[in-house]
Amino acid sequence: MTKVTMSVNGTERSGEVEGRTLLSAFLRDTLGLTGTHVGCDTGQCGACTVHVDGKSVKSCNMFALEADGASVTTIEGMANDDGSLGVIQQAFQDHHGLQCGFCTPGMVMAAAALLKENPKPSEAEVRAWLSGNLCRCTGYHNIVKAILAASGQDVSKEFAA
Amino acid sequence: MYAFEFERPRTLDEAVAALADDDAQALAGGQTLIPTLRQRLAMPGKLVSLTAIDALRGLSASGGVLTIGAATTHAEVAQQTDYPALAKLAGGIGDPHVRNRGTIGGSIANNDPSACYPAGVLGSGATVVTNRREIAADDYFTGLFETALDEGEIITAVNFPIPDKAAYAKFDQPASRFALVGVFVSKGKDGVRVAVTGASEGGVFRWAEAEAALASDFSAGALEGLSVDPEGMIGDIHGGPDYRAHLIGVMTRRAVAAAG
Ligand SMILES: Cc1cc2nc3c(=O)[nH]c(=O)nc-3n(C[C@H](O)[C@H](O)[C@H](O)COP(=O)(O)OP(=O)(O)OC[C@H]3O[C@@H](n4cnc5c(N)ncnc54)[C@H](O)[C@@H]3O)c2cc1C
Ligand code: FES
Ligand code: FES
Repeated sequence: MTKVTMSVNGTERSGEVEGRTLLSAFLRDTLGLTGTHVGCDTGQCGACTVHVDGKSVKSCNMFALEADGASVTTIEGMANDDGSLGVIQQAFQDHHGLQCGFCTPGMVMAAAALLKENPKPSEAEVRAWLSGNLCRCTGYHNIVKAILAASGQDVSKEFAA
Repeated sequence: MYAFEFERPRTLDEAVAALADDDAQALAGGQTLIPTLRQRLAMPGKLVSLTAIDALRGLSASGGVLTIGAATTHAEVAQQTDYPALAKLAGGIGDPHVRNRGTIGGSIANNDPSACYPAGVLGSGATVVTNRREIAADDYFTGLFETALDEGEIITAVNFPIPDKAAYAKFDQPASRFALVGVFVSKGKDGVRVAVTGASEGGVFRWAEAEAALASDFSAGALEGLSVDPEGMIGDIHGGPDYRAHLIGVMTRRAVAAAG
């Protein structure tokens, strides 16, 4: 076992891990941050998406020791300081961007990474960006709508039913 | 996943020393290796991470050559502006999260027959630099998941001569995001190159007839009437050998048209 230390949602956290311990397992099992979901565990579905040093990664496809010294943000770090939902989370609720909610932590983390890089993405850019995040429920439409709304764009027209 | 030791050296020399063990293996972005380990298809006694070695990261362009450190991520290559066709290739690999971890060195060390970088490297006539030698792209890719690398040899960088014109046209396999067929074309001072990935059972290859036709007339029209023999092409549930052979023609014409 080796000691690993990283900043998680702004707080320094450490624990003992094996070489093969995945970042997703460290977050969920060692730190108890079960908001990061594990869907496929093979790097396909994106449910486990978190940010490492500001970049979105699939935490099931990265070893915890690779994040030693890094700054990690998970879905638990996305709420406002007073505990209310962050802008992207609120948009998912307002626009019905989730049904079962399994993919949602990964979707929100992916969206946050997109909006940081591209604050006003087009619908096509949002859809392309989500190519690594699978949702089995919504058909993506309301997820795309929520992300566009979170970017401050008017979604009433192009998404009118 | 079987257990293994884990090392994360800061210098290339330390990494080379750590990889001298017979059962040690390099780890770059892990986007291929971690799924492989999880399926217990590999059993290294020790993984040596290359991601903390500054000398293996970053890009620099000078004298018409773009040098990319082996541990540079697809996302970083997608952002450079010295070689736009290569930026587009890197930006089309997998998805944003895979691009933030996956590296050029890992991609060409693995040499998946459907991967994008092998086409870019062979189609540019690039040079693979290792801790021991320099290997021309034509000598580097030796077959399905096979390369000229020896045991313990580490790719340190790839040197791309920047061509006058180039483009990569990829027909996505929509589930995996790899290339069902991908074609990289370039026209530079050493002539025209056409490299095809995703199609052949032997891995990435150059399409010599297309190169000859394009050498005298670099236009999609020059490819009229040329076709690839389906013999030796991959056949799977996503497409048969005929289909892939046909797609090579289509994607080559698209790449030439995009290269302008
Ligand atoms: C969902 C998904 C979609 C993908 N889509 C695509 C796609 O569309 N196109 C595409 O081309 N690829 C795709 N990939 C593969 C991706 O590009 C990988 O990043 C790449 O193939 C391997 O790079 P890596 O840095 O992750 O290497 P790793 O997985 O860490 O290593 C791969 C192999 O290379 C060896 N290695 C690594 N670095 C070196 C080095 N410097 N010297 C010597 N040996 C080394 C390792 O020992 C290992 O054997 C996809 C992957 C995933 C998970
Ligand atoms: S659980 Fe990580 S990509 Fe599916
Ligand atoms: S809301 Fe159920 S998987 Fe996306």
